[in-house]
Amino acid sequence: MKIRIKFAKEGAMKFIGHLDMMRYFQKVMRRANVDIRYSEGFSPHQIMSFAAPLGVGITSRGEYVDIEVLSTDSSAKMLQRINAAMTEGVEALSYKRLPDSAESAMAIVAAADYTLSFRKGYEPSNWDDFATGLTRFAQKDQILIMKKTKKGEKETDIRPWIYQLEILPGHLIKMRVAAGSVANLKPELVLQAYFDNQKQELAKFALLIHRDEVYANSSKDDIPVFFPLEQLGEDIE
Amino acid sequence: MRKLALNDEILLSVQQPARYIGNEMNAVVKDPNRVAIRFAMCFPDVYEIGMSHLGMQILYDMFNHREDVYCERVFSPWIDLDQQMRQQQIPLFALESQDPVRDFDFLGFTIQYEMCYTNILQVLDLSGIPLHAKERGEQDPLVIGGGPCAYNPEPLAPFFDLFYIGEGETQYDVLFDLYKKIRTSNKSRWDFLKEAAQIPGIYVPAFYDVSYHEDGTIASFQPNQEGIPQSVTKELVVNLDDAPYIENPIVPFIKVTQDRVVLEIQRGCIRGCRFCQAGNIYRPLREHSLEYLKKYAYQMLNRTGHEEISLSSLSSSDYTHLKELVTFLIEEFHGKGVNISLPSLRIDAFSLDVMSKVQDVKKSSLTFAPEAGTQRLRDVINKGLTEEVILKGAAEAFRGGWNRVKLYFMLGLPTETPKDIEGIALLSEKVAETFYNEVPKENRHGRVQVTASSSFFVPKPFTPFQWARMCTREEFLQRAYAVKDKFKEMKNKKSLKYIYHDADVTILEGVLARGDRKVAAVIEEAYHKGALYDSWSEYFRNEIWMQAFEDCGVDIDFYTTRERKPDELFPWDFIDAGVTKDFLLREWQNAICEKETPNCRKRCSGCGARSFGGGVCFENQN
Repeated sequence: MKIRIKFAKEGAMKFIGHLDMMRYFQKVMRRANVDIRYSEGFSPHQIMSFAAPLGVGITSRGEYVDIEVLSTDSSAKMLQRINAAMTEGVEALSYKRLPDSAESAMAIVAAADYTLSFRKGYEPSNWDDFATGLTRFAQKDQILIMKKTKKGEKETDIRPWIYQLEILPGHLIKMRVAAGSVANLKPELVLQAYFDNQKQELAKFALLIHRDEVYANSSKDDIPVFFPLEQLGEDIE
Repeated sequence: MRKLALNDEILLSVQQPARYIGNEMNAVVKDPNRVAIRFAMCFPDVYEIGMSHLGMQILYDMFNHREDVYCERVFSPWIDLDQQMRQQQIPLFALESQDPVRDFDFLGFTIQYEMCYTNILQVLDLSGIPLHAKERGEQDPLVIGGGPCAYNPEPLAPFFDLFYIGEGETQYDVLFDLYKKIRTSNKSRWDFLKEAAQIPGIYVPAFYDVSYHEDGTIASFQPNQEGIPQSVTKELVVNLDDAPYIENPIVPFIKVTQDRVVLEIQRGCIRGCRFCQAGNIYRPLREHSLEYLKKYAYQMLNRTGHEEISLSSLSSSDYTHLKELVTFLIEEFHGKGVNISLPSLRIDAFSLDVMSKVQDVKKSSLTFAPEAGTQRLRDVINKGLTEEVILKGAAEAFRGGWNRVKLYFMLGLPTETPKDIEGIALLSEKVAETFYNEVPKENRHGRVQVTASSSFFVPKPFTPFQWARMCTREEFLQRAYAVKDKFKEMKNKKSLKYIYHDADVTILEGVLARGDRKVAAVIEEAYHKGALYDSWSEYFRNEIWMQAFEDCGVDIDFYTTRERKPDELFPWDFIDAGVTKDFLLREWQNAICEKETPNCRKRCSGCGARSFGGGVCFENQN
């Protein structure tokens, strides 16, 4: 039985890297006594895969992990059990059963929402000018950046990977950008591109980044139709 | 949300920020304002090493069972954070509350190896606590040390207010109750120390004076106050099952050295290897019952979610119920994604059978610890392991599919001759030969790999070798080169590998292990000159230490290569560790005569540990 768990990673937990989060969840599954399926072979491991790794320093309320279980309680009870085995800062938000034919979260990730803000002491001197400038910049036809690749640096147009960008009250920048294995755009790169364009420097720790949601794309043509990964599953009564 | 002592900029710029944030599963959360005693427990090394230490977790759990105590953890900040904390004057903090250590009532150090001594000073320094006990005031935490190195606390004496000698389970409650009493009656730090010095196992260095002979050896070691005991007897849990074990082990976020449940099956050892300090100071051997271990195995696996459980003891094969325990673990947990790891097992038919069930034979290697290259020298050190047993074990292992073997040796043992040195290569060669004799060509998957590694021998207090002369750096290296050369002559040299440890750090360990109060100045000087993380070869800077010895006028050879007379008064002689000096001296003489001493179960050798009234000394005597 395939299960998709949505979870939040906040507070001090943002300093825990992706590999350690994987180990963390394996132990949570044991502590919560989840009847998870193990692989065959001499050293069996839990059938578990994560949607999209989250960088160290980034918080999120839209993380996903897929597991396979042999038996399960209701979604509500499972959430209770799993959350009782968690540390402060990680919280399971939903526990849904997927159709057996469902593809893994990792395979279908297409986009993600982020909210960015400036850390205290790093805000642009004139917020309105900055907000207007950034919004206009994001609407250009082409945004070329030098992207690091295995072979060195390569000029890449990131404009097609920015699906949405808006400024919200409270000096927040909200954006939806491409995520997943086909195209993946780190949200800070958009800001970096703008600052480069303005011939300004973006300080190393200037941004606070929060991921809100991760999406799959249900559209077969050029215009994507995004829906949150948890929508593919259903609550277990 | 929990506050953090370090800001994002720092945490995102150092390696492994998870070392500094606390918040792990089973880390204890209490309101610091609602406890009487705040205890900062420190392992003076990096988080991943410290969190792998069993004793610290036992005491952490035990202390926090008291409602009036909040015990938190402290580790050495890694080099990168150390620099930032100094530059930005950030005080060292405890992981749970993230509060500065200097606001605590106690700062406790578990002192597991000599090469962490500069890290102790680092922790004091970064906490803003005066390095010297005599400079501390009423507001400073009481600095207390424990662990194996507390069996010779003298090189650290000026830096500690008190030491706890022996196993922590027995007297901390008494100490805490005393502290509360003193605090509520508005008495001073000094009053506390005076009363604490009466508690069994507690040593307050300030209450003892040392005088020296002209040759530098100790003339007398005496209390300088009324009512302070002449000697301090180690503390010990007589019946292990009476002591609480870890109810809720902390589960680190990052991979630590011991990333598993550790089940302590027994304390002490019956073997009596003459070089081994643990085998002497933890006497007598005491076992846990099978029921106790089963209960904790279950509970700890459930509460941690760890995927591995490991048995801990000095010599697991000597545990009476080993077969039942291992069978239980395999039946209950193996196949549920839980690995079972069994270190310190003697290689025989039983252990090979067990290991083939719980490990991937192709990937694992077998370990033998002959410690010395010839039977003669193994008799000197009382290592009751014969060549025949090793080769028989190896043969069985090779037939079972293993093809990697590790052999551990020591170089520079007392009475060592060129023959013993060459013996390391010869024994390794014989193990390799055994493989080619036992395993037919068609069944071999490549060559056998025999890796011999040697460390350099350091005489330790409370061992029969505490009188022994230690080699010089040059002697150590000559011997290592001789082993290396001999390996090159071996027929199967392509299947053999030899590695040896660093000699510089060994010399230093030798000084600190048998040092006296005069050595404290050197440690402090080396720390001020930049010595830190000395147990990490990439950070160990020998030249700093050598300069510190010179500047302080302390002679290394006095502590290392000097022959000690049988009646010399040692810096640690005021401690009664159970094993008597008479016994140790007898064993030293037996060593020189190459005479074996049987293990505790074969025959009592009258070491003195029987006086504690429990353990192996009273087996089968109901």
